[in-house]
Amino acid sequence: MTAAPLLEVEHLQLYFPIRRGVIVDRTIGHVHAVDDVSLSLGEGETLGIVGESGCGKTTLSRAIVRLLEPTGGAIRFRGREITRAGRRELAPVRRELQMVFQDPQASLNPRKRVGQIVGAPLVLHGVKGAAVERRVRELLGRVGLNPEHVNRFPHEFSGGQRQRIGIARALAVEPKLMMLDEPVSALDVSIQAQVINLLDDLQDEFGLAYVFVAHDLSVVRHVSDRIAVMYLGKIVESSPAEELYTKPIHPYTVGLLGAIPIPDPRQNRARRRLVVAGEPPNPIEPPSGCRFRTRCPRATDVCAAVEPQLTEYAGGHVAACHHPLNVTDAEIAAARRSPLSPLSSGDQLPQPHASLPGGDAAEVAAEG
Amino acid sequence: MTPAMSDAERLLDVDDLRVSFRTEEGVVHAVDGVSFHVDRGEVLAIVGESGSGKTVTGMSLMGLNRSPNATFRGRATLKGRELLSASDAELRRVRGGEIAMIFQDPMTALNPVQRIGDQIVEQIRAHEPLSKAQALDRSVELMERVGVPRAAERLRSYPHEFSGGMRQRVMIAMALSCSPELLIADEPTTALDVTIQAQILRELDQLRRETQAGVILVTHDLGVVAEIADRIAVMYGGRIVEQGTLDELFYDPQHPYTWGLLGSITRVDRDRPGRLPAIAGLPPSLLAPPSGCHFRPRCPHEFDKCVQRPELEVRDPAQPDHCDRCWLAVEDKRRLRVVDGEIGLAAKQGKVVA
Repeated sequence: MTAAPLLEVEHLQLYFPIRRGVIVDRTIGHVHAVDDVSLSLGEGETLGIVGESGCGKTTLSRAIVRLLEPTGGAIRFRGREITRAGRRELAPVRRELQMVFQDPQASLNPRKRVGQIVGAPLVLHGVKGAAVERRVRELLGRVGLNPEHVNRFPHEFSGGQRQRIGIARALAVEPKLMMLDEPVSALDVSIQAQVINLLDDLQDEFGLAYVFVAHDLSVVRHVSDRIAVMYLGKIVESSPAEELYTKPIHPYTVGLLGAIPIPDPRQNRARRRLVVAGEPPNPIEPPSGCRFRTRCPRATDVCAAVEPQLTEYAGGHVAACHHPLNVTDAEIAAARRSPLSPLSSGDQLPQPHASLPGGDAAEVAAEG
Repeated sequence: MTPAMSDAERLLDVDDLRVSFRTEEGVVHAVDGVSFHVDRGEVLAIVGESGSGKTVTGMSLMGLNRSPNATFRGRATLKGRELLSASDAELRRVRGGEIAMIFQDPMTALNPVQRIGDQIVEQIRAHEPLSKAQALDRSVELMERVGVPRAAERLRSYPHEFSGGMRQRVMIAMALSCSPELLIADEPTTALDVTIQAQILRELDQLRRETQAGVILVTHDLGVVAEIADRIAVMYGGRIVEQGTLDELFYDPQHPYTWGLLGSITRVDRDRPGRLPAIAGLPPSLLAPPSGCHFRPRCPHEFDKCVQRPELEVRDPAQPDHCDRCWLAVEDKRRLRVVDGEIGLAAKQGKVVA
């Protein structure tokens, strides 16, 4: 990571109020969509954010580009605080901070021609006249579309091609950071691979940083340098990409990895799995302490009493769990509290394995 | 390997099914000569990408896509009863009775303004002469069986009060309500999170073991297939391009499209390779499909014979259940499909297709 990170997010919170009332709206509670999340991203890097529906990953990505107003915390982009920046102040930042959405059908205006769609950000940022069209053609060619198709409408393209249009639009103003919210989820596998390869190439060519939000751990593995796993509004684990798969520490990550079917019948039959039972709890009243404890096979009393801190293990691997998997007692002893820990979390290190009833019997490998 | 099936276990036979729709732009040949069979207690996975005809195949068996602009040809027999030519009244007895269907999106498949219990009771009583109370008892049993907690109480809920996973469980309970012999599950877990998907797949697998129902699983996800299927049919451009047992398809795939499919999936259990091997180009338009092999325009191994239509045939006598639609010789296929030490599709030379 470079000295000054491109993007820094500190203790970011975003609560959605729940209002009820016939004449006067009263706020009767909050959905804790993003609850004290901290992360940082260097130039040219890719951060993968994974989690199941409702974990807050999309809300987080939208809060970072300021499409949603954060409730608390701070967002810094290239050292500049943008958490509360106004429209005018944000304009130059938005040029460097672009977004690609999940549904290429819904994120392109069906009444506009491709040339207008891709050209819009250029015009907004002051490019004029024939230069716009020239640049649009160049961009279309760059994302693998036919530059002659500038006058077509979105419906004349397939899903994968539409996603390429969305990417060309984001690319138009030469951003530093692209926020990709499930960019390939709506596409067929053979087309997914094409779009992922395109994103790879663009990153190499323009030195882009990506935040890649997805529910699919296998796609994220392919694109990310670092991966953060979210559960119910919090980051529960974050590590260099490969290590998350070879040495998952948080039981939720282990369960998530085990739940993904491997497209290989023999390996599928051979592996042992930790089964995550039940469903995510209600984010309006999240469980006390560790939010995963209601579904966790390793949960004990401490999990209900104390919110686990994000513990930093060797190699920058961070996890918030009182009863971590795949780490030795020595590794726990050498670990320390991560500065990314939520403010409300406790400050004790994870418990050594002997303290858990059944000890290492509950050890489960994610693979093989 | 599946043991040789005797005809006594045969549930469904589909022979040369052709479905086309007349549209403003022309005739869409959605399903173009599909043949397969399903035996009791087995899971046949129909795999394909959007527009491959996999859903239309499933819907046609249930007669759910009958309309004035649709044409159906071929035969589909369920235990000797012909389905394609059956009258609507006859089909209504079959649907929900002998054949049940689970849809991808349980929210749109359930009635949002009717209580869950009423919906299940209605379904049961449409097929069996039970009183309301008896049907309600059966509903509670079914809901418990598919893992809905506090079943009796939850029967009074409306669909929106359920989570996605629970709704899909309700769909499965409804599908099972009249002990169907054939279950058609169209992307049953696509809308669900992976941890919930794992639970539902386990449920489905256990149910077919207990009830010995045959299952047609329509999906695009090869991971799900590897988890529960016995046999696989791969569809492309309205045709089955390859069909065989689970192990044959994954470890000895014969059709280049299958290679491409297997090669282009990102895998959670593998280190990342530099670049994902993608299949260049786009699926064919079913309004004007290419002549001969439908995969020809995207296939790097295309040769002059490919302009003729290949039939779905057994190509290796050692694998009598394994058939495909590709003109290449078996030994050539085994050589060509290895790309960088893995099964995959080489890059298409020549013209660039975006």
